[in-house]
Amino acid sequence: MSSLQTPLHKVQGLGASHSGTGHFWHERVTSLALVPLTLWFFFVAVGLAGASEAAAVGFLSHPLNAILMAAFVFTTLYHVKLGLQVVIDDYVHAAGSRILLLLLVLLAVLATGAFALFALIRIAGQS
Amino acid sequence: MAENPQKPDPAARPLSPHLTIYSWAPTMIVSITHRITGVGLSVGTLILAWWLVAISNGPEVYQDFYAVMATPLGLLVLFGFTWALAFHLLNGIRHLAWDLGHGFKKETARLTALSVIGLSLLIAAALAALIWTGHGGYLQ
Repeated sequence: MSSLQTPLHKVQGLGASHSGTGHFWHERVTSLALVPLTLWFFFVAVGLAGASEAAAVGFLSHPLNAILMAAFVFTTLYHVKLGLQVVIDDYVHAAGSRILLLLLVLLAVLATGAFALFALIRIAGQS
Repeated sequence: MAENPQKPDPAARPLSPHLTIYSWAPTMIVSITHRITGVGLSVGTLILAWWLVAISNGPEVYQDFYAVMATPLGLLVLFGFTWALAFHLLNGIRHLAWDLGHGFKKETARLTALSVIGLSLLIAAALAALIWTGHGGYLQ
């Protein structure tokens, strides 16, 4: 029996998900970046636990710390988007519900990122 | 249409065993816990954003955030997220090692699974103890 795949589909080599190994690869790259960023976040979280608001502003308004926190937040949010997508793909089989949930995750991640970004900019402006 | 005399009884078909038939192994526990902590930590990013927003809004708003987190429930939630992050980090490194082709032997996978459980609890307890004994807040 001949293949039902069109020649274009075959040559693109992206498979049923239309994204090939892109999702897998992005998940690995973000996880590797998150190893040092998470260790740094532990150091910051403990270092600011019990500290005053002024101390938190003072720390996070330093350019390097602001950039590292932004990197941690946005790498985490992208990793969250990729990870939750795997969970949804695994357990939600109805196409309509699945697409709706994936869009909701995307919206939630973007909204969380917007709040965090605005907060970091505001903190940077307070120094 | 005549009944097929050779039609098999559906109940008698050999099916692959349901998940509940296996006895739990450390590798299985760590595998599903990686997913559960991942979903939990996704929700935790909301607290992370809330924390940054509270810092950006001045001392009063930060005090409100602090008061909520200092309640027994707040502390329990923060401890849970600390452990979940430590677990997901350690097991994430285990996954990256697998991606490079290391650690697939049965005994190795079992040993690293048990190590992830033990070390993540140790890290969470150590960080909580640091804060509890007043050794946190060093970034003044």
